[in-house]
Amino acid sequence: MAAADQLAPPAMLDGFARRHRLRAFEALPWLMALAAYFVFPDYLALGAQILATILFALSLDLVLGYAGIVTLGHAAFFGTGAYTAGILAANGWGEPISGLVAAAAAAGAVGFLSGAIILRTTGLTLLMQTLVVAAMLSELANKATRITGGADGLQGMDVWPIFGAFRFDLFGRTAYIYCAAVLMIGWLLVRSIVYSPFGRSLTGIRENVVRMHAVGSPVRRRKLVAYTISAALAGISGALIAQTAQFVGLGALGLERSGTVLIMLIIGGVGQLYGAFIGVTLYMIAQDRFSTIDPVYWYFWIGLFMIFVVIFARGGVLGLIERARRQMRRPS
Amino acid sequence: MTQAGLETQGLCKSFGALPVASDINFRLESGARHALIGPNGAGKTSFVNLVTGMLKPSAGRILLSGEDITHLPQAARVKRGLVRTFQISALFRRLSLIENVTLAISEREGAAGDLIRPAGRYREVIEEGYALLEALGLAADALRPVNELAYGRQRLADIAVSLGLKPKVLLLDEPAAGVPSGETGAIIDMIERLPADIAFLIIEHDMELVFRLANRITVLVQGSILVEGAPQDIAADAQVRQVYLGERRPR
Amino acid sequence: MGDLLSAAISIAFHGLALAMVLYLISVGLSVTMGLMGFVNLAHGAFAMAGGYGLTTLMGRLHLPFGLALVGAIVIVVLASFVLERLLYRRLYGGDELDQVLMTMGLIFMTVGAATYFWGPVAQPIHPPDLISGQIHLGSRDFPAYRSFLILCGVVLVTGLWLGLERTRFGAQVRAAVDNLRMAQSIGINTSRLFALTFALGSGLAALGGALGADFLPIVPGYALGNLVYFLIVVAVGGLGSIRGPFVAALLIGTADTAFKYIAPELGAFFIYALTMAILLWRPRGLFGHA
Repeated sequence: MAAADQLAPPAMLDGFARRHRLRAFEALPWLMALAAYFVFPDYLALGAQILATILFALSLDLVLGYAGIVTLGHAAFFGTGAYTAGILAANGWGEPISGLVAAAAAAGAVGFLSGAIILRTTGLTLLMQTLVVAAMLSELANKATRITGGADGLQGMDVWPIFGAFRFDLFGRTAYIYCAAVLMIGWLLVRSIVYSPFGRSLTGIRENVVRMHAVGSPVRRRKLVAYTISAALAGISGALIAQTAQFVGLGALGLERSGTVLIMLIIGGVGQLYGAFIGVTLYMIAQDRFSTIDPVYWYFWIGLFMIFVVIFARGGVLGLIERARRQMRRPS
Repeated sequence: MTQAGLETQGLCKSFGALPVASDINFRLESGARHALIGPNGAGKTSFVNLVTGMLKPSAGRILLSGEDITHLPQAARVKRGLVRTFQISALFRRLSLIENVTLAISEREGAAGDLIRPAGRYREVIEEGYALLEALGLAADALRPVNELAYGRQRLADIAVSLGLKPKVLLLDEPAAGVPSGETGAIIDMIERLPADIAFLIIEHDMELVFRLANRITVLVQGSILVEGAPQDIAADAQVRQVYLGERRPR
Repeated sequence: MGDLLSAAISIAFHGLALAMVLYLISVGLSVTMGLMGFVNLAHGAFAMAGGYGLTTLMGRLHLPFGLALVGAIVIVVLASFVLERLLYRRLYGGDELDQVLMTMGLIFMTVGAATYFWGPVAQPIHPPDLISGQIHLGSRDFPAYRSFLILCGVVLVTGLWLGLERTRFGAQVRAAVDNLRMAQSIGINTSRLFALTFALGSGLAALGGALGADFLPIVPGYALGNLVYFLIVVAVGGLGSIRGPFVAALLIGTADTAFKYIAPELGAFFIYALTMAILLWRPRGLFGHA
């Protein structure tokens, strides 16, 4: 043991070794979510949607921000989860928690199968394949009208009360707490993956995949595991939306769905865990406000905003914050 | 005959009509200090790519400590101790130096598949990484992102990552390439101080470096081995002078 | 037997017409993606703008078809030139995500702008009598407009191919697609090359969009709704290629038409499966560069 003490790294590395410890600011999103419950009682339905979409964005961040897999087809998993939960609820089994589990399993399976096939490629080819997978599922859902309701959407969902006691009420109170709880579990899972050696190896894959091969890392396997877990989480998020809205439409599998979650994540900041929280909240609140003013204008202004972010605010909101912090540190 | 650290038998590779490796029979002895030199386009980096598994040979065998690794994937060769560095620094750019090294150590230890336990709790991995950085004089930069380091230190970091894998055979692809002359000293020092149980093959253009570090030199020209021997013999060899140094006049 | 042959001819004809439209729109995208390495998801917006330009110039300004078509193309070419200088240029060689975000932003803006100016209904295109109705070939009647489309397509494809092989500009494009740095080092002004290629590609897209309103209705959601098809043509054909997207467009055009005819309940599913299979077999596309 004495020899090990001689080699003990100095205090500066303790910070490195303790990165995974919860810091004070990490309570902020939850405090805000709690506050919102009381301060905005009329907006809980929107709040529930925001919370569920944050989970969707978190799942995307895992593959995009951490593993560096650029995908425009993540709605494939979201939609699979949504339709799974929806079809169960519309055909006699409306128990929500098991619906979530089924959604995760279905979406995870789709993620595993598609990932096993397409993750051997990278770059534009991979982007195309992710688009194609989502498009195939969307087409299937469109044509399988008997099961999915086709273009009209899935009708007749009957979601049972949670634990038999908490009914989904008109004000969205149950939905809000339900989504918050599931998000918290999902967040804890993603967070622990990100700080684990596995998660660190994902960043290695993102930063230099050639070197990862050269250090003996089973790169394909790692990517596939990350992709599958991400797909399952996206599926849970889809199921949450389906259960709380009691409806699923083709949009759940669509390109716009994949595109907007990507945009929300980029606006918040990619690869830093909390970008999902910030980006989704900003985007969805802005969208909600605009849709009351004029839905047509929304597309134009959000498009302009996105271009603005790319040119002036690279790295999204978290990127801005990081740059501001560095500026403040300089004089000292 | 002692088992070679690394051996190739009849190694061949062609890209269509272009041969990059023609019947290469090469031996790297255990604990060797061996250099591979040759004019540009001779196929030196291709040789390293073939041996490490980044390139599939058209024919021939590759043996590591007597074991046939010709059909093993790159990662499996790394696990058996065959490690390389890159001509252009291939580091995990935005990650810190300590993170770069611990990624390699983590893979070696088989810890990298762990999804649950935080990486920070793998104290031994961090301590080993730090000790490695200390030994290479890089400890002060441990927490800095590698893309912020001076290029000479990045090349050292590149070697540090490879050393984290505890190689038995280390292939150094132009370790001093692109490094300003003031910073090459640290790299040369480090290579000189490599433990005796690591066999290394260094590819280099800098002849001063080669003659200082190697006790055996192989000359590769257009995918074939021209000649092999001790440094002084190679320096005096007329063929080498003509092909490589491009002159007949004695220096 | 006669029925089968008749059906085959129909499919070939309509498939070819659709292929021409897809090709005209996608060839520009293929070249700019291969040349600038830029993921331009908004490319469809130029095709859409061509369609809106045509209907507006004909409908509001009462220009004749041919003049309106040329006018629409000119407007789109100028607009794309400005966009390239102002926006696209900043992100060359940059992060893929930035490019995705920016081009998606452009798409959204076009959706909003198009809805605002023209509303959500598909724009009607009224081709002149000369190319309307039916023409008689052999023992069959074919729609004149689609025959015109095929003719236009053949002329333009030939012109493009000749242009690429025979002109200096074409040689420069080929060189730059092959090896950009090399091309720069031998004195090719790649900045100007990018601008011109981008403008040319957008112009062709505008032509394809305007002429192809029959197949791809001019609606505000055009760029997003057809994005996957355009990308499929490009990816299957191979980036930076001019031949590739042609073959891909033929494949997709005829397959799509065939399936609509034979098995409409399958929809586009088979096209997507075919694309996936081709990309697995040839990740760079059928004619892509290594």
